[in-house]
Amino acid sequence: MSLPITLTINGAEHRIALDDPRVTLLDLLRERLDLPGTKKGCDRGQCGACTILLDGRRVNSCLALAISHDGAEITTIEGLSQGEELHPLQAAFVAHDAFQCGFCTPGQIMSALGLIQEGQAGTDPERVREGMSGNLCRCGAYRGITEAVVEAQEKLGQAGRKEAA
Amino acid sequence: MNRFDYLRPASIAEAIAAAAQPGSAYLASGTNLLDLMKGDVVRPARLVDLGGLPGLDRIELLPDGGARIGARVRNADLAYHPEFSRRFPAVAEALLSGASAQLRNAATVGGNLLQRTRCAYFYDPASACNKRAPGAGCDARGGENRLHAVLGWSERCIATHPSDFCVPLAALGAVVEIEGQAGRREVPLEEFHLLPGETPERESVLAPGELVVALRLPAEAARFAAHARYVKLRERTSYAFAVVSAAAGLRIEQGVIAEARLALGGVAAKPWRARAAEAALAGARPDAASFRRAAEAALAEATPSGDNEFKIELARRIAARALALAAIGTPERLPALPASPFAPVPGAPLHG
Repeated sequence: MSLPITLTINGAEHRIALDDPRVTLLDLLRERLDLPGTKKGCDRGQCGACTILLDGRRVNSCLALAISHDGAEITTIEGLSQGEELHPLQAAFVAHDAFQCGFCTPGQIMSALGLIQEGQAGTDPERVREGMSGNLCRCGAYRGITEAVVEAQEKLGQAGRKEAA
Repeated sequence: MNRFDYLRPASIAEAIAAAAQPGSAYLASGTNLLDLMKGDVVRPARLVDLGGLPGLDRIELLPDGGARIGARVRNADLAYHPEFSRRFPAVAEALLSGASAQLRNAATVGGNLLQRTRCAYFYDPASACNKRAPGAGCDARGGENRLHAVLGWSERCIATHPSDFCVPLAALGAVVEIEGQAGRREVPLEEFHLLPGETPERESVLAPGELVVALRLPAEAARFAAHARYVKLRERTSYAFAVVSAAAGLRIEQGVIAEARLALGGVAAKPWRARAAEAALAGARPDAASFRRAAEAALAEATPSGDNEFKIELARRIAARALALAAIGTPERLPALPASPFAPVPGAPLHG
């Protein structure tokens, strides 16, 4: 059985022939498309390590069947930097020690990108913490993560205002 | 996960015909179904993907003040719809207190209604569960059951329904639009979920192949918009299911409650509308004594199903808290922690 789908991942089009409808977006990215930046933590939608942007919205890629998302646009952590230049969120995570072991970090950063694009939290640390509650960090770097997200929100917000002006 | 056939029908009629075959399951976004399949809790032979069906993803604000919500509308899109949340703020607050932002971006309105219980014995294929395997017994009875039902449970099953969204929907008299092989029908949300009785494997009124296509909130539900809240007690601050929760709506005229709505979550196999409490509040003054009386009426029939007697008093207090917060008035903007019981009630003691 061959199930053909097309996905645009980090701007590049991929034509994929799935041999099994059980393949999740997470396993497709990691095991078949050589994009292991997206992490498999719990594989059950509880930890957030597998967060990607799917058609511009943050979701758990472990709970999405690839076959259901023919034609979708996906952004993963591999798609954020411009060559050697880090995305402002990546730079803020480095600047604020927002990780220790780093396993949850790709999911944290993709979730933070989704949070900023949703525009509901602003720079209120309490709203940022609530909005990031779907991403667990076993090293407990939450304080740094919150600071990094607030700083990136400020920078990206300013950039947005400049573009608008 | 078991092997399954995958179908992606292009029409509702085609979907219903496919899903009426034994062993079929509808797939919306899969946030609950795929989790259950990964755990071997459910093993459908055929998934009928609703992603290709037209017309199920619209939020319609009706001219009479009500709303019609397509079954595939995402939880986040409904909660952040400005006019919807202005008309039905307790629904938005309940949605935003549930799950995580990632899950709310994916999970659908229809899937929220049909999500399965979080009873650990249901989730564990090695345990006896009458829901999963009718007649097998119930390991939750006599097991770890401090979070189980205190209303409407039976000897066969003491599981609870985990939805937050359904609690204000029950309070506000929402209606479920269903399509099936026999045509279209409507069922009040209050009657959509079934109590366990002798057949806990039957969780809703849906017949094989029947599909939830939309939810409707009646115009009169919007009359509570100025005094509507959801309060949810969790075992951690965020991203947790309710231990107990309550949705409250009041219409206050000249300092007196003209009409009240109250429903409880986390206490039964369905969202629990507390009509006796609503009746006790009609004509009463919106004060702590009235709210306590109403809360006592709401839990009058409650009995522990295990080590969970504490939930009965907790539910009374959360119900009274929701009513007190509703009386103060719906906040202009949802609080940073939606539905949090930590928010202080002006003029009221923190506990009680």
